[in-house]
Amino acid sequence: MRIFAFIHLLVSIPHGYSNYVETKAGQFFSSGHTNNWAVLVCTSRFWFNYRHVANTLSVYRSVKRLGIPDSHIVLMLADDMACNYRNPKPATVFSHKNMELNVYGDDVEVDYRGYEVTVENFLRVLTGRLPPSTPRSKRLLSDDRSNILIYLTGHGGNGFLKFQDSEEISNMELADAFEQMWQKRRYNELLFIIDTCQGASMYERFYSPNLMALASSQVGEDSLSHQPDLAIGVHLMDKYTFYLLEFLEEVHPASQANMNDLFKVCPQSQCVSTPGHRTDLFQRDPGSVLITDFFGSVRKVEITKDTINLTSPVDRKKYITGFLCCQTNL
Amino acid sequence: LDSRLPLVDRSDGTKDSESFTAAAARDQFQEELVIRPLHSGDIYASFQFRTLWDIDFLQERQKVSHYRLFPKSLGQVLSKFSVRELHISFTQGFWRTMQWGQPFIPSPPGAELWVWFHDTVSDVDGNWKELTNVLSGIFCASLNFIDLTNTVQPSASFKPLGLGNATDHRFLRYATLPREIVCTENLTPWKKLLPCGSKAGLSVLLKSEKLFHSSFHSQAVHIRPVCQDEQCTSKAWELRQTLNVVFDLYTSSQGKKEWSLFKMFSRTLTEACPLATSSKIYVDITDNPELFELNPVTPLLSQAVVLGDRRTYSVFDLTRAETFGQLCSLNLLLRWKGDSGMNVFDGCDMLRPLLHAERYVAGFGLQTGEIHTVIYNNHPYRAFPVLLMDSVPWYLQLYIHTLTVTSKSRDNKPSYIHYQPAKDRHRPHLLEMLIQLPPHSMTEVTVQFERALLKWTEYTPDPNHGFYVGSSVVSALVPSMVAMNTNFTQDQPLFSSFVPVKEESSYFVRVYTEPLLVNLPTPDFSMPYNVICLTCTVVAVGYGSFYNLLTRTFQVDEPSLPLEKRLANLIRRIRGVPLLA
Repeated sequence: MRIFAFIHLLVSIPHGYSNYVETKAGQFFSSGHTNNWAVLVCTSRFWFNYRHVANTLSVYRSVKRLGIPDSHIVLMLADDMACNYRNPKPATVFSHKNMELNVYGDDVEVDYRGYEVTVENFLRVLTGRLPPSTPRSKRLLSDDRSNILIYLTGHGGNGFLKFQDSEEISNMELADAFEQMWQKRRYNELLFIIDTCQGASMYERFYSPNLMALASSQVGEDSLSHQPDLAIGVHLMDKYTFYLLEFLEEVHPASQANMNDLFKVCPQSQCVSTPGHRTDLFQRDPGSVLITDFFGSVRKVEITKDTINLTSPVDRKKYITGFLCCQTNL
Repeated sequence: LDSRLPLVDRSDGTKDSESFTAAAARDQFQEELVIRPLHSGDIYASFQFRTLWDIDFLQERQKVSHYRLFPKSLGQVLSKFSVRELHISFTQGFWRTMQWGQPFIPSPPGAELWVWFHDTVSDVDGNWKELTNVLSGIFCASLNFIDLTNTVQPSASFKPLGLGNATDHRFLRYATLPREIVCTENLTPWKKLLPCGSKAGLSVLLKSEKLFHSSFHSQAVHIRPVCQDEQCTSKAWELRQTLNVVFDLYTSSQGKKEWSLFKMFSRTLTEACPLATSSKIYVDITDNPELFELNPVTPLLSQAVVLGDRRTYSVFDLTRAETFGQLCSLNLLLRWKGDSGMNVFDGCDMLRPLLHAERYVAGFGLQTGEIHTVIYNNHPYRAFPVLLMDSVPWYLQLYIHTLTVTSKSRDNKPSYIHYQPAKDRHRPHLLEMLIQLPPHSMTEVTVQFERALLKWTEYTPDPNHGFYVGSSVVSALVPSMVAMNTNFTQDQPLFSSFVPVKEESSYFVRVYTEPLLVNLPTPDFSMPYNVICLTCTVVAVGYGSFYNLLTRTFQVDEPSLPLEKRLANLIRRIRGVPLLA
């Protein structure tokens, strides 16, 4: 009797184990993202807005360092600071005073520059409605399994962000653009970071699912700049992005830092303004979301020595559409 | 952008055995650097990287799919848009002809693109539009701003530099963007087109922090079909990537007249590009030993006639191991001799550039103005004709009846004029003239213009900066003091073989003038907002009060009674007695 039970146990363990592997495989294919994109925008023109370009380039540098390639980054800089005639050290953009860190680097690729950075081009990049002759490097070719990081910086106010001192984008337009992206399944999850005055007003109107937003200041507060450099003559960075860069320099591709750590970046004692965040539209718990899910291009890899029978493509599609259908508020 | 597939991977239909050996010889790569010390103490460095490929892009049946040294992105552009010649340049700074002489490869400030399309193209404008968009993606530049409002079709300037007798200028398109900025983001994709990238050979010297801290920086890509030999039995595609840079004495060298590779580029050379058949450095030592001394001294010397002058060059061949010496690194040192203030060649006319041009805007106010183009012929006794090409945007409305050309205060009638008037918001002005310049003279071309009022959406975000007008182009065959070499030799240095030399007695020169910066009358952009606010306020106050007067009725309102009277009224109502007031 005991031997019979023992043999039964022996037989059922491999069967149970293969079931476990199949469920793990099922989970592997149904959850998470498969690729990462980043859209980094600096919206200010003129030499005294050097810090906004430095902000965007420091996020660009971190995102490249953590693995997202140039082909998956859409970088928009509204003015040229590095080769500006007022720059005492050409081809450099510094983020620390005493010229410690050159965030411009040696292999930067700017996709939209100068007058091309307009509200229309920004919304077209997000929604994918670009003229047919637009080259690949200027397109956001994301799909429903892409995690996208969107970073905006510049001058803003309650409910709007100023582009190049001549036009504005409102929070409603931005929310509608994200809804268009959701309806066309152009993202899996989206992280929106904004570093402007009254930045929290820009994410107030979001209504699409799977969005998480961070801002450098609340409504009614101004985001402040960090330190000037006497040789260059302008402020080099904004406080929020300076501490964000400091935080991101500690992150490496295998890091387990999660979003809760990101929310703690730059408390009021350092930033003077109160950073805000919004997670109610996000499905997962922020504590389980890794920083590298958005800032890096870390692939989920599970090594297994067993053969796994993948379910047929038809079944998998049903599973995934079932998963997605529960997300929408239809 | 990895264009180097393994040799065994052949997929263009040819047999494996013959294609295997043929592929090895079909393309070759050469690189060279020319260093020319200038009299003012500055130094001019010119890089040229040339890839010659024995293939026909424009052949219909054979689709090219195997790229080795030639970059795939450019090859696909050539075949898709049926391009015969493509010249694109990005320049920061202005070339000072009077102080620096003539450059090997001239270029105007900003971005310049001119393309000859193949005769088989039916929609040249459509191809041009798509080509500019594709190139803007490849080079990370805003070339998509090139459209019909700044494109011209020159009829006589910009003849093809490669093979082919092209006379139909309908297949030529020329555009400049004088406002375009050049920075590391343009250098990065340019370096990626090189076979060795920025890892080996001369391209390791291309460090952006040094290159952009200079008086002049120009990088260009030139693609054209050429003959492989003198009889022109076989044709090949030539891709030349050129980079010209002039380092300033005071910003890069702190005033010391001493230059070295390390000082210029913050690096020394350790090896040649392994994929190059030839990798050489030429240092112009014609003025040595009076002016400067060169270390290390090399026995290899070469003489070349370039830009009408016979110059002697010290040659450093990087494919030979002994060039790098004991330390396995090559660092050239040029040290100026004598007093830094003494300029030995002040009185010598031989070195003055023979052709030179300037341009400026005259006049005052924001309504009218005058464009003056001044062309100098510094040859003591020879007159020669020059072709002047002007492309002016439509918002500077030229009055061609005020066009005057004067030389030595006398009227000088051009022998050929091609003028295409502008069409508002569709086409710019194009003026081409063939002017005979008398010897040792100054010729002035003036034309008056009126500034147009743009619509408020057509202004750039910073309209107070002004609007740029692209450089004028002066092209000429200048008489040469020294007989030019018309023979075709395989091992000719690259810098002397860029422009084909047809006759011995003259050489081709193209001079670009300064771009103009013109202020257009700028409206107050807050006026629409002001007008809307004012109108709405007036309408609200006026209409509102009028409406109230007409429709408001007055009713008597009884005040509410205190508590005791209300209780008393309640009791009275129960009793059926009349109520209190």
